[in-house]
Amino acid sequence: MKYLREFHDPATAAALAKELAYAGNSFARSGRSAVIMEVCGTHTMAIARHGIRSLLPPNIQLISGPGCPVCVTEPGYIDTAIELARRGVIVVTFGDLLAVPGSESSLANARAAGARIVVCYSPAETLRIAAQHQNSEVVFLAVGFETTIAPIVSTLEAASKNGVKNLSFLTAFKRVIPAMKALVSDTSNRIDAFLCPGHVSAIIGVEPYQEIATSGIPCVIAGFEPIDILQALLKLVDMVKNKEASVINLYSRVVRQRGNPKAQELIDTFLVPSAARWRGLGEIPDSGFSFRETWRHFDAEARHGVRIPEGRQYRGCLCGEIVKGKIPPEQCSHFGRKCTPESPVGPCMVSSEGTCAAYYKYISVQRS
Amino acid sequence: MRRILQVYFGTKELKVLDPMENIQMIELAHGGGGRLARSLVRDEILSRFGDGPLRNLPDAAVLASLKGKAVFTTDSYVVQPLEFPGGDIGKLAVHGSVNDVAVCGAKPLWLSVAIIVEEGLPLATFRRVLDSIRAAADDSGVTVVTGDTKVVPHGQADGLYITTACVGELIEGFNLDVSLIRPGDAILVSGTIGDHGMAVMAARHHLFTKDGPESDTAPVHRLIAEIAPFAKDVHFMRDPTRGGLSAVLNEIVDDRSVDVILRETEIPISPPVRSASDILGIDPLHSACEGRIVLFCAQSVADAVLSAWKRLPEGRHSSRIGTVVEGRGRVIMETSAGGRRLVDLPRGELLPRIC
Ligand code: SF4
Repeated sequence: MKYLREFHDPATAAALAKELAYAGNSFARSGRSAVIMEVCGTHTMAIARHGIRSLLPPNIQLISGPGCPVCVTEPGYIDTAIELARRGVIVVTFGDLLAVPGSESSLANARAAGARIVVCYSPAETLRIAAQHQNSEVVFLAVGFETTIAPIVSTLEAASKNGVKNLSFLTAFKRVIPAMKALVSDTSNRIDAFLCPGHVSAIIGVEPYQEIATSGIPCVIAGFEPIDILQALLKLVDMVKNKEASVINLYSRVVRQRGNPKAQELIDTFLVPSAARWRGLGEIPDSGFSFRETWRHFDAEARHGVRIPEGRQYRGCLCGEIVKGKIPPEQCSHFGRKCTPESPVGPCMVSSEGTCAAYYKYISVQRS
Repeated sequence: MRRILQVYFGTKELKVLDPMENIQMIELAHGGGGRLARSLVRDEILSRFGDGPLRNLPDAAVLASLKGKAVFTTDSYVVQPLEFPGGDIGKLAVHGSVNDVAVCGAKPLWLSVAIIVEEGLPLATFRRVLDSIRAAADDSGVTVVTGDTKVVPHGQADGLYITTACVGELIEGFNLDVSLIRPGDAILVSGTIGDHGMAVMAARHHLFTKDGPESDTAPVHRLIAEIAPFAKDVHFMRDPTRGGLSAVLNEIVDDRSVDVILRETEIPISPPVRSASDILGIDPLHSACEGRIVLFCAQSVADAVLSAWKRLPEGRHSSRIGTVVEGRGRVIMETSAGGRRLVDLPRGELLPRIC
């Protein structure tokens, strides 16, 4: 981990920030601006944590796309998880889903009311829980992008090898590339460039972004340290300025050209791409995964006879427009009034990775 | 099932799960008042604490009168796992109350310890916790003067809960109050931050087999005694426990016309805490410390306080992390990348993120 310090170096960061400001200014003189979308929740977090927004000139706008797994999960999914918990199933979940409001309640509320809901860090913990409660059904809330799908699938593999009988998965898997394509193909969205996810790319590789670059949108894959991000932004602004569009991998210390073929293979063994519903974006073909027929018995929906419904949305919450980059959070009438990190109305405020939450903190630093 | 556990968690986990193994456990009768209860008190409690005021098991402790003002606190301790890298619930329960007294500018003196044990707890665990209560009390300069043990049926407690209360005596010169904090004050921490919270989280999720974060649980009374000469220029102190540094600072500035400006490069964070924080997606500033002090003082004594702290092993990583300025109740970080961000309150329970 020590080598990461160099990606924190304040002097280098300051120099990069200066360059960015310069690029932004020369850009501004020609009356132009750049809208850069990051499509990875961890980038959203890192940008907030390192105060990157405060280093950007005003005409370089950073918006957060549908990269936070919590923000794009529909309320109906939470409702289904709560329903399972009510039936006595042990529900194992990542922490961030706990506070997300479903149509009526949240997992945190259900837990307080006595439902057996266990927070885990890694999907592999589910195996231990299943082993300790062999007389109960255990359901893992399997949400996330390729990065998270890989360890979930290897848990699945271990479960099947060891003949675990009481474990299934309620899935809401998401694939990044089809969502990015859908965003680009809707011409009412304004996205000039993509800051591409580091972790997801470690699995899928560099090639899948090619098609997006070919359609005219530059893509840069970056890590999560301040200097990683600043370098990537500079590259993107350069490309936008010069009207170029290619895929650049600035995270080659982790991301290989072809990604992680072993993980891809493992995913392919168990899952097939299928249409998925994204909160805000609606249904996008091939943007999710479902179980292959042979592994259906691991599918919590099939096993417990439930179906994830299209839950109600939150009234007046514009998360959908925000994850498309159409409007900044401030344009939501709830932002900072009815909707704050302490009492969130929509998922973009619930998740610490959510655009509204990140933006809320940013704004409060700027106003003096 | 055995195999999976072996594959994923090694064999250690299996031992705990194996119902066939013959381990001595705490039973309900241990709390009943009968023979078992008496032997528990004699063999476990008196053997460890019987050399002092507990010798004849009085109903209450009679305390000497104090010259200075008495400082009194109480707190309950629940933690899972009961034993974690760097400490256990016993140490935590002693240090917690001792430190609450110490950061008021007092010398901790007497401690009460009340334990609630869940039936089925391995006797060996109970013994280790008692040993560590004794060791921590000795290290903290306090005497356990009264105590109690209750056993509850299986499922009614999570292994073991401890409540401690501590009485101390105010050290002359200290007159701390949050309202004394003013623009220009220096903000100091006595050591690395976030260690305890991260160690417990990492242990709970089996993150590291080695080189993981270790709890910083320790008494801070020596650090306090060491800076007594500067007492009148120290404006406020707290131990950043639950919610970590960010919660304490936010609480302090809340509703006041000051902001806190932190410099990220000056905040001491140990490498294992940093990597656990990267893995779990939890900000070390949100993670609890159990052996640290955050101190606000006049600029003029900041260096003197720091060098006093650095003379002690527990203060060797102490650092001046920021300044108080006029403002409106915000905690702002100047990041190592040169940006600025708001340091917000953690939202209740710390939860690992998805990726
Ligand atoms: S501010 Fe709140 S209500 Fe508005 S879009 Fe964001 S999350 Fe939804």
